[in-house]
Amino acid sequence: MLGYAGKFLEVDLSTTSVKNITLPEEWLKDYIGGRALAAKILSERLICKWEKVDPLGPENLLFFMPGPFTGYFPGGRTCVTGKSPQSNGMVGSTVGGEFGVELRCAGYDGIIVSGKAEKPVYLFIKDSDVELRDAKDIWGKDSKQTDALLNLECRRLLAERYPRVGVWKEPAKLYIGPAGEMKVRPAAVIAKWSHAAGYGGYGAVMGSKNLKAVAVKGTGPLPEVADLEKIKQMINEVCKGSYRNVLWRRWGTGGGGYSFGADTSSEPIRNWQEEWHDQREYGVDQFENKVWVKPAWSDFGCPTNCLKISCVRSGKYRGSITDTPDYELQAFLGPNLGVFTPEENVYLSSLVEDLGFCGIQVGSVLGFAAELFQRGILTQADLDGLELKWGNVDAFADLAKKIAYRQGIGDLLAEGTYRAALKLGKLKGKDLLPYAVTGKGISVGAHGIRSGRDFSREIGYACSVQGGDHTSMTDLPIDGWGSEIWTIFNDSAIMCIFTSFSISSTFRYEFYNAITGQNLSRKGWLHGGGMKTLQIQRALLLLGGPDIRWNPLVDDDNPARFYEPLPTGPCKGQTGDKESVKQKVKKYYDQAGWDQNGIPTSETLTTLKLEYVDLSLGKLRC
Amino acid sequence: MLIPGAEFPHLCAQCEDYPCVDACSSKALSVNKKTGAVTADAEKCTGCGDCIDVCPGKVPHVHPKTKTILICDLCGGDPQCAKVCQEGGWNCLRVVERGDEDFKLYSRAPEETARNLAIKTYGEKAEELL
Repeated sequence: MLGYAGKFLEVDLSTTSVKNITLPEEWLKDYIGGRALAAKILSERLICKWEKVDPLGPENLLFFMPGPFTGYFPGGRTCVTGKSPQSNGMVGSTVGGEFGVELRCAGYDGIIVSGKAEKPVYLFIKDSDVELRDAKDIWGKDSKQTDALLNLECRRLLAERYPRVGVWKEPAKLYIGPAGEMKVRPAAVIAKWSHAAGYGGYGAVMGSKNLKAVAVKGTGPLPEVADLEKIKQMINEVCKGSYRNVLWRRWGTGGGGYSFGADTSSEPIRNWQEEWHDQREYGVDQFENKVWVKPAWSDFGCPTNCLKISCVRSGKYRGSITDTPDYELQAFLGPNLGVFTPEENVYLSSLVEDLGFCGIQVGSVLGFAAELFQRGILTQADLDGLELKWGNVDAFADLAKKIAYRQGIGDLLAEGTYRAALKLGKLKGKDLLPYAVTGKGISVGAHGIRSGRDFSREIGYACSVQGGDHTSMTDLPIDGWGSEIWTIFNDSAIMCIFTSFSISSTFRYEFYNAITGQNLSRKGWLHGGGMKTLQIQRALLLLGGPDIRWNPLVDDDNPARFYEPLPTGPCKGQTGDKESVKQKVKKYYDQAGWDQNGIPTSETLTTLKLEYVDLSLGKLRC
Repeated sequence: MLIPGAEFPHLCAQCEDYPCVDACSSKALSVNKKTGAVTADAEKCTGCGDCIDVCPGKVPHVHPKTKTILICDLCGGDPQCAKVCQEGGWNCLRVVERGDEDFKLYSRAPEETARNLAIKTYGEKAEELL
C-alpha cells in the first residue's frame, strides 16, 4: 500500500528470533498505524487471555509504531504501546524524535517485541540488518549516559561495518533509565535525554523484557506516496500556520506554569489541594531569564519549535539540563510539590528524566506521599528519615531516587499512585484513595476540571479509554469537537497536536489521502477506524487484570478530589458536579454504543465487524 | 541605575486584572477599552497612592507639583517611546498585539528586574555582589 514501507519487524526476545511480517491490507486501511493499528494487533493476539496476561511478564507485547504521517507531516512522533502496567488496558503513548522517521527509512512500519531476553540486550537496526546486542555496558546507566554510550557504540559499529560511507550521523534511539530497569510503574520510554513516552508505563514493560534500548539507522528513502506535489504544498501550509503561531514559538508550553495557575485555576498545587496560585517568581519570563540557554529547539522537521533548552548555571543545582521544562513538568514537579522557583523545577525535571521516569506519574506519586506526610499518615520513620514537607526539594529528589531503585518506602511507591494508595491503605488501615488523583490507575494530567476555564471537560478523564491521559480526553457529543475519536487519529497517523493548531478539521484526512491514495473522510474515520479503536481499547480496559479490574459504574468517574470545592482563587468554592457527571457519562455510553454498565454492546461490535472482541467480552456481561 | 550596565525601561504592563483600578477608592482610574491602557482622571485623583501600593511593579507615581497620579496611557494607542526607540534602531521597545501571554509578569519592580538582568548578564559574580 502506498505510504507504507510494507513490512513490520517482529522480534521475539525469548528465542532471539527476528522476522519480517506483513499485515493484511484491510488492517492498514482501517487502522492506519500507530495507536489504532497496535490496538488491532494486540487485541487479535491477546484478547482471549487478556486478564491473565501480566503486563510485566514475557507474554505482553511491546509496540514501537510510527504512522503514515511520520516523516511527511512536519514533526515526527512514534507511538509506544502494549498492555499498560498502570491501567491494565492499552494506552497509546507517543514520543517525539527522529525514531519513527529513521525506522520508516530503514524499511519498517513498526516493531513488535515479544518474550523476555535472558540478559540485558538492546536492539540495533541498520536498514535490514537487525541485531540483538549485549547491553551489559549500558545497563544501569541513567538517560544521559545511556544516550552517550549508545551513540559511541552504534557509530563505531556503523563505521566498522560500512567503512566507505564517511562519518555516520547518530542513530535514533529509544531507551529506558534505571526506573524502567527496576520495573517501576511510573517509568517512561525516553528519547534524546528528556523526551518521553510517559503515560502507560512502557518503560517498565521494556525493563521487564530486559530490553534496554532500540537504536535505528535508516538510509533508504521514505515510503512512496500517492501525490507528492500535493503533500509538498500541504507541508508548506502547515509550516506557514506554525510560523504564525507566535505564542508557541516564543514560549512553548513554558508559559503554563504561571498562567494555568493564575488565569485558569487548573494547576495541581500540593497534590491538587488547591488549583490557584499567583506566584510571579514562577512566571515564564523568570524561566527565560534564569534558566533558558537556547530559545528555540525542535525535533526533526518541526516548524513550531516549542522546545527550549534549560540549564541551571549557578547555585546549588548547577549543571541540571532539561528541555523547557514543559507545562506538565513545570506543574507536577513545581507547585504540585510546593516548589515555586525555576531552578528547583529544572533540577527536579532533569533528575526525573535521568532516572527514566514519566514526570507526570512520578510527580503525582511524590505529591501523594507528601500529602500523606502533611496529614500525619506517613511519618518520618516510614519515609526512612526524609522530611517530606512541601517545597523540600532535596527530600523529593531523594524519594525519587528511592522509587527508581525500589529502596525502602520507594518499593511501595514504585507501584504508581493508585496501587500505592491501595497497598498503603491496607498497611495503615485507612482509605487513602481520596488522596490519589488518578483516572483508571493513571495520574491525571495537569489540567483540572473544577474551575471550568481550562480545555479539560467534566467527563474528559472519566470516560477516556486512556484513563487520566490529558492528551486523550473525550467529551460529548461523540462526533463533536472534543471527542476522543479525533485524538485517536492524531495518535495513529501520527501527528503532533502542537503543529496542527492552524489546520482545519478536514486537512488531516486530505493529507492522509494524499499519502496513501485512499479516500478517507472525517465521517469515514468516525464510523470506521476511529470507532473500532475506541471499542477495542474500551474492551481491553474493562477486561483488565491480573491485579486490578475496573468497574465502570464506580471507576468511570473523576477522582474524588475533583468533588472537593476549590479553597482559593477567583474560582473559590467551585467543584465538580457528581450528578451532572453521572448523567453525562450515561449519555456518553449511549452515544458510544455501550450498555448501561459501560460495556460495548454486541450490536455495536457486530456492526463494526469486531466479533472476536464481543466473544471475549461475554464473560463480563453475565 | 541600580547596577551599572543593567538599564531597562520601567513601564506599565497593563495587567489582565488591573489591580490599580480595583484599588482606587475615588474611581479616578479607568481602562481604555480600545488600547487597554489605564487612564487617570486628574480631577478625581486625591493622590492617596493606593494604586502604587497594589501595583506589582510599583509603576505609577505622583506628580511632584500637581500631586495627582501618572500612569502610562500608551499615548492613545500610539506610544511615542516605542516609536523613537524603533527609529533609533535600539529595538528595545516595540508595540505587541495583546495575545494569550501573561502581561502581569512584565510588571515588576525595578530592583527585581535589575537583579535578574544582572545575574543574566554577569552570571554568578552578580549574585555575590547583590
